[in-house]
Amino acid sequence: MGPTPRSTPVLEARGVTKAFGEREVLRGIDVEVREHQAVALIGASGSGKSTLLRCIDLLEEIDDGDVLLDGEVITDPAVDPVAVRRRLGLVFQAYNLFPHLTALENVVLGERRAHGASRAEAELRGRQLLKRFGLEGREGDRPDNLSGGQQQRVAIARAFAGRPRALLLDEVTSALDPELVGEVLAAVRDLKEEGMTMVIATHEMTFAREVADFVAFLHEGTIVEYGTPQEVLAEPERPETRRFLKRLLEAGRA
Amino acid sequence: MSESAAILSDRRLERETAKRRQARRSQAIAAASTLVVLGGLLTWILTSPGWPEVRETFFNWEVFKESFPDVLRGFWLDVKLMVIVEVAVLAIGLLIALVRTSRAPALFPLRMLGTVFVDVFRGIPTILLVYLVGFGIPALQLTGLPTDPVVLGGIALTLSYSAYVAEVYRAGIGSVHRGQRDAALAVGLTDSQAMRHVILPQAVRRVAPPLLNDFVALQKDVALVSILGPQEAFRIAQIIQGENFNYTPLIAAALLYLAITVPLARLVDRMGGPEGAVR
Repeated sequence: MGPTPRSTPVLEARGVTKAFGEREVLRGIDVEVREHQAVALIGASGSGKSTLLRCIDLLEEIDDGDVLLDGEVITDPAVDPVAVRRRLGLVFQAYNLFPHLTALENVVLGERRAHGASRAEAELRGRQLLKRFGLEGREGDRPDNLSGGQQQRVAIARAFAGRPRALLLDEVTSALDPELVGEVLAAVRDLKEEGMTMVIATHEMTFAREVADFVAFLHEGTIVEYGTPQEVLAEPERPETRRFLKRLLEAGRA
Repeated sequence: MSESAAILSDRRLERETAKRRQARRSQAIAAASTLVVLGGLLTWILTSPGWPEVRETFFNWEVFKESFPDVLRGFWLDVKLMVIVEVAVLAIGLLIALVRTSRAPALFPLRMLGTVFVDVFRGIPTILLVYLVGFGIPALQLTGLPTDPVVLGGIALTLSYSAYVAEVYRAGIGSVHRGQRDAALAVGLTDSQAMRHVILPQAVRRVAPPLLNDFVALQKDVALVSILGPQEAFRIAQIIQGENFNYTPLIAAALLYLAITVPLARLVDRMGGPEGAVR
């Protein structure tokens, strides 16, 4: 996959730690994501995947370490978090669509209010994005009237609408009925093919193997194993990784 | 195929007749019990020893006809006052709720003031507040402060109801899931944009029924302004009652209040879903 090895990573975490009260959720995370790459974060629930994504998007304040976006430290208290979030996209596990707005209005809100696009401009692009993710004809529907898979695709379109430098996906299929998982994964695959830089927290190992350039296995707040999908998922070295994959296999998820 | 359809449709007919029978039965029961209860109450009142006296002093048609135009004229003042106060209350209540829910450190003194405002004006009986504002502010003899009792009464009501309504708004804001704020920030909105475009629209929709409920309460409480002297419906009714020792004008005033509060109450029911409505 062709990034020049010496280019600045799009995203980089250096020794990131985060505790909620007594509970240390992240205990020194180092990871980098280069342009057009996708890094999959895998690990048990509570291993810190979601928290890491929320810390990168500055929805949580980190305790120590740094997060860099295009080489710039964004976790410095002097940095305006709003400006940083406008350069990133985040998709939530529970979609978090705005229930009082239509699908199109959901996609357009950030474009108009955060990026200053005109209404016509934003709506044109919004319609194109919804069409691209297979939601043509649903522009005027409220989230209530959409299936889980459709809602999550609206959420992906919404996150993508701001032309982010990187997209952060937080277990985007975990809340879905099994038969709806495929359509959402297809949308992510589509973005990857276009060259979108992504960090993907996921429980779908097949998907991680297929889409990710690198896989990071988180265990109790640290990355205990990191490498290509082949290295981490097929030939894991660490006993924690093997145990995790074995449990998934037994549950029929790998 | 067609045979089974015919059988099904027979069964369906049967079910529907049975359902209709049930519906007729419950209607009959409702009607009968209403008749018994209302009839009983009416008989009880109409046969009471004091009824002829009460009918003469409370339900005197002649007095009603004569006093109604004056009471209605007074009621127009009530209507104006309740509309103006309600608009002010909706705006000030929202402002206080926003201040109280904001996290900006610069707003700390305002936040504290908001808390004190709500505690104080919600904690004082409205009638006392009308007295204090109505007689206290003119007593200061400061130029520039209003002295019109209608304005002063309106201010007192605004203070009291803003405190209540602020808490209604605040509950609504608090009821919006925090994931909504996260999502709004994630698409690049500022805190205040998230409040304006994402959180408030959802919050206001949720608290519309309790807000209307407070509006109904306010519509009645405008009568409290009468203690400061303005000739609104209740006051006029009282004056006429004092002149001819007949309480019928008060009934006229009560009917006027009902004429505007009842439609609003039905609206509140409808917004609260089918459970709230009388069926």
